[in-house]
Amino acid sequence: MGRYVIRRLLQMIPVFFGTTLLIFLMVNVMGDPIAGLCGDRQCDPATAAQLRSEFGLDKPVWQQYLTYMGNVFTGDFGTAFNGQKVTELMATAFPITIRLTVVAIVFEIVIGISLGVVTGLRRGRPVDTTVLILTLVVISIPTFVTGLLLQLLLGVEWGIIKPSVSPEAPINELLVPGLVLASVSLAYVTRLTRTSIAENARADYVRTAVAKGLPRRRVVIRHLLRNSLIPVVTFIGTDVGALMGGAIVTERIFNIHGVGYQLYQGILRQNSQTVVGFVTILVLVFLAANLIVDLLYAVLDPRIRYA
Amino acid sequence: MDLALEEGTTLERTPGGPQGTGPAEKPRSLWSDAWRDLRRNPVFIISALIILFLVIISIWPSLIADQDPLDCNLGKAQEGSQPGHPFGFDGQGCDVYTRTVYGARNSVTVGVCSTFGVTLLGGVLGGLAGFFGGLWDSVLSRVTDVFFGIPVVLGGLVFLSVVTSSTVWPVIGFIVLLGWPQIARIARGSVITAKQNDYVQAARALGASNTRMLLRHITPNAIAPVIVVATIALGTYISLEATLSFLGVGLKPPAVSWGIDISAASQYIRNAPHMLLWPAGALAVTVLAFIMLGDAVRDALDPKLR
Amino acid sequence: MLLEVRDLHVEFHTRDGVAKAVNGVNYSVAEGETLAVLGESGSGKSVTAQAVMGILDMPPGRISGGEILFKGRDLLKMKKDERRKIRGQEMAMIFQDALSSLNPVLSVGEQLGEMFVVHRGMSHKDAKAKAVELMDRVRIPAAKERVGNYPHQFSGGMRQRIMIAMAMALEPSLIIADEPTTALDVTVQAQVMDLLAELQRELNMGLILITHDLGVVADVADKIAVMYAGRIVESAPVHEIYRAPAHPYTKGLLQSIPRLDQKGRELYAIKGLPPNLLHIPPGCAFNPRCPMAQEICRGEVPPLFEVAEHRESACYFWKETLDAR
Repeated sequence: MGRYVIRRLLQMIPVFFGTTLLIFLMVNVMGDPIAGLCGDRQCDPATAAQLRSEFGLDKPVWQQYLTYMGNVFTGDFGTAFNGQKVTELMATAFPITIRLTVVAIVFEIVIGISLGVVTGLRRGRPVDTTVLILTLVVISIPTFVTGLLLQLLLGVEWGIIKPSVSPEAPINELLVPGLVLASVSLAYVTRLTRTSIAENARADYVRTAVAKGLPRRRVVIRHLLRNSLIPVVTFIGTDVGALMGGAIVTERIFNIHGVGYQLYQGILRQNSQTVVGFVTILVLVFLAANLIVDLLYAVLDPRIRYA
Repeated sequence: MDLALEEGTTLERTPGGPQGTGPAEKPRSLWSDAWRDLRRNPVFIISALIILFLVIISIWPSLIADQDPLDCNLGKAQEGSQPGHPFGFDGQGCDVYTRTVYGARNSVTVGVCSTFGVTLLGGVLGGLAGFFGGLWDSVLSRVTDVFFGIPVVLGGLVFLSVVTSSTVWPVIGFIVLLGWPQIARIARGSVITAKQNDYVQAARALGASNTRMLLRHITPNAIAPVIVVATIALGTYISLEATLSFLGVGLKPPAVSWGIDISAASQYIRNAPHMLLWPAGALAVTVLAFIMLGDAVRDALDPKLR
Repeated sequence: MLLEVRDLHVEFHTRDGVAKAVNGVNYSVAEGETLAVLGESGSGKSVTAQAVMGILDMPPGRISGGEILFKGRDLLKMKKDERRKIRGQEMAMIFQDALSSLNPVLSVGEQLGEMFVVHRGMSHKDAKAKAVELMDRVRIPAAKERVGNYPHQFSGGMRQRIMIAMAMALEPSLIIADEPTTALDVTVQAQVMDLLAELQRELNMGLILITHDLGVVADVADKIAVMYAGRIVESAPVHEIYRAPAHPYTKGLLQSIPRLDQKGRELYAIKGLPPNLLHIPPGCAFNPRCPMAQEICRGEVPPLFEVAEHRESACYFWKETLDAR
């Protein structure tokens, strides 16, 4: 088990550097890192040159990347456009997005898995067909449309929620945005669980469990569910990173000042330090989530544990 | 034939015994079987008709809309439905119906071209990696890992925020850049599976060349999952373009796009929800049609899942 | 009588029509007796067993007629929960492929102990001790150390022993073994079969042994029922059937076993394929493949003729078959 974890950690290193380098290149090659530093005006050539050498931008890109990464490992993520430290922005933004993501994941697990189990056990019945069509519709409507529609209906028309979330983003105000963020994944979790349950329900070991005279509840929960959830856990785990990165749309609609908001500001102002810094952390979260999934996988499936 | 197959596997679960198939029937291939299933599947028929309609109005939007999507009259901004303008006007006083019809072209173009690029690039790279294995395969696996680490919308914001072109090509380029690893993984997996088929091993033992193996034996057997994933992905690419346009980095005005219109409409959501509902509805139906098509094709090609 | 199956009918509703898998099967098993049910796949032997066990997938399956009397009570008329309590406690089943029939994510100890936890209300600790005891009993070496292992960590033979242990756990009065040795290496087959027979004797259980392998049957069975297309075509005490089959199908099966004393001769094979259950041929279902078929075989379904005491054959020409040895 220990060796397995170490091997996975080692495999993550090139992925981490590859991903951050890719983003670093995108930001630095595509955009002009100092464009936003002189306020809304163009920098005059002298100031620009001075800023360039100050930030080491006159050096080759790979050297800039190494310098940047060196700084990151000492906890220095640079300065945002408004003069704040990027780490300070992170300290306010990440807790909000993490709360939002947690709400979304809870919805995925509770609603997605329950619907998946119910439909998987009742294939072809009206419940199954209805839920299946609903999931298709949810998957087909882009998150930003779902968000705008819910905001229109619940917020503007019926006044059940506040159309925009207050800066502290308490958890009760994040329920609807969390549902919006989760919507597409939730539909996938439902479908995945359904397929997995339906496939495993025909498995020989389930037949054995029935032949042993176990009560149906026990057959489903202890024998069927545990085997069926293995792919679902994988999906939800890898989804953590995608949700945090995808929160940008939801946060924009509901005016939530989380990671997506800060990133959006950073991109608008072409502040490379903010963008690269936030993305680096997101990549780390993504990799950590993947590692946890791998470990969970080993816990759930003994065949992998000893492989 | 179907029953004989089920009989041997599901009803009796006794491999090893003599297998029975009853009166001989002519064998059907995976594809003709799938086609027979699809023709009877209402989901397939409905989604195929929607897609056909979308393609036609993408090519000739003037068939059903006789106005110019860029001919706007600020005096009519935000007005609701009226004769000749069934969906009303948007914030700039443009006809919502005309813009919704014309919006199909960019969505379909982005979807089709991106899917084509992604499938070609991902299919070839993934397929070769799966076929040859070894170092080439390990490198590709790590590279796909790197691309999977980047959240798509975020990558789009970074990559496209500096682009000023109002054409569809930067968006397509971006989707191909970030989308190919998904297809590459699928292609790699199905090539590896196909490679293990006995008759492929036999062909290799008989000295078939690599090119012949790939074209004649591997590709026809490995392509089904790629097609299914690509069809579903087409829908998600359309959705992605709209999302990026909504965020202001996808297509840019004066391009006509559902995403741009929805983004513009979101400012008037209180007074004029019709501006939001029509392009959003068109977008949802389009994405739905492609995803349903992909679903139907998958069910037809993978009878196991029934 | 421990178990009596009377005129059982089972059909499957598929997309292409109704498949008649079992068409009026009768058989019985007494305590301590071994009945071998013989037939190709698709003959309905496993479906019958699943119907007895109550583990038939319904739908698509449907029991359309008949009775299954277990200790005098009709299982088909019982309430679901009552039926469930009989499973595992009074009758148990051993499946063909132990690897797929054991739950891959639970240790064998948990799976064995579960019988005692659910049916006897034992604590998990006591159940685990029972599991070790059972593993010892089916002669799995180092049972105490291996009780926490998972199915994939055992060899095929050991896994089948665990299946047997699980079936024996609550000392049921009837065991149904569905091709218990088919998936095993030939060398291991005999060991597993011997173990099964030994435990059966010890506990005086009824055993239904489902197989397509005539070689397995000869040593352990008391009587044989041969099935074809959902019907029993011949039933007889085991030695009589080997000596003189009274149905052309049985005869064909016997002739297709390779024998040492006939080395060098071409091996016999029944021509044709088993029938499609959607379209079972009219008359005797075997008639298209039968070397002795006459006009009458294509018209009427042959009834079971009494050949001798405890011996029946569903062939109009049973006498000729017997004589034409």
